[in-house]
Amino acid sequence: MRARVLIRPKAGILDPQGVAVERALPALGFSGVANVHVGRLVELDVEDPGQLEAMCEKLLANPLIEDYEIVHPGGKPPGDPPLRSRPAAT
Amino acid sequence: MRFGVVRFPGSCDEVDALQACERVGQAEILWHGDRDLRGVDAVVIPGGFSYGDYLRVGAIARFSPVMESVVAFAHEGGPVLGICNGFQVLCEAGLLPGALLPNVGLRFLCRQLDVEVVDAGTAFTGAFAPGDVLSIPAKHQAGRYYAPGEPRVVFRYAHDANPNGSSNDIAGVANEAGNVVGLMPHPEHAVDALTGSTDGLKLFESAVALASA
Repeated sequence: MRARVLIRPKAGILDPQGVAVERALPALGFSGVANVHVGRLVELDVEDPGQLEAMCEKLLANPLIEDYEIVHPGGKPPGDPPLRSRPAAT
Repeated sequence: MRFGVVRFPGSCDEVDALQACERVGQAEILWHGDRDLRGVDAVVIPGGFSYGDYLRVGAIARFSPVMESVVAFAHEGGPVLGICNGFQVLCEAGLLPGALLPNVGLRFLCRQLDVEVVDAGTAFTGAFAPGDVLSIPAKHQAGRYYAPGEPRVVFRYAHDANPNGSSNDIAGVANEAGNVVGLMPHPEHAVDALTGSTDGLKLFESAVALASA
């Protein structure tokens, strides 16, 4: 099964790449852009999508500094954990 | 006193680390694919770009066979020093708290810095006094330290000259026990007057003094 994992900087942690892109867009004439964040996308074929959560926690993301979101192209299988978005620990 | 310096694919500072260790004791290279630490008394995880820094800095190196042994060695109280990429690897491995994020300026930083010793009670800072200032180089793109809670701070960037946006000017931390230390600047590049400073040597001397105490 094909799956995608979207990984982004955790809210509350400075994302200098996002800031740089946000500043660059108006310079090119694009106005009204805010809250830009740059993350990464991991695409993978998995036999057992139930393992994706553990893969994210152990390797694909660093939960201390990143949020991740598992996307199944065919819809979320039953029992799939909800979208991860935890506030940064302080 | 025998040091082991780990070599990952993509390490680039392991020879300087080896030579720094050899100034104060014996040293050998430990291959990343080998679980055997060959009975060394201390381990250095050097700088570089282990496994190409793919995914995240230090993320893949953490699962290297040698790291299983390094983790066990550290849990038994063995002294482990992580420099730059080594610091990033130790954070990913859970031996040190926190994580290293891209520099605020997004640029690769390469300059001689003043670093203040905050904690002289760790395995690698016993030869210092708190407040001592070292002139050592830093060269990295992901040196912005972040950790929830209050890590054991060992080094800070001096004179409020924080080069990378690191939280609380933190340049290096230790685990609670003080046997595992990581820092972004490079003491192993500051061990010979020829390159401008010998201030980094004391980290290695500290480990020797502790072993012979």
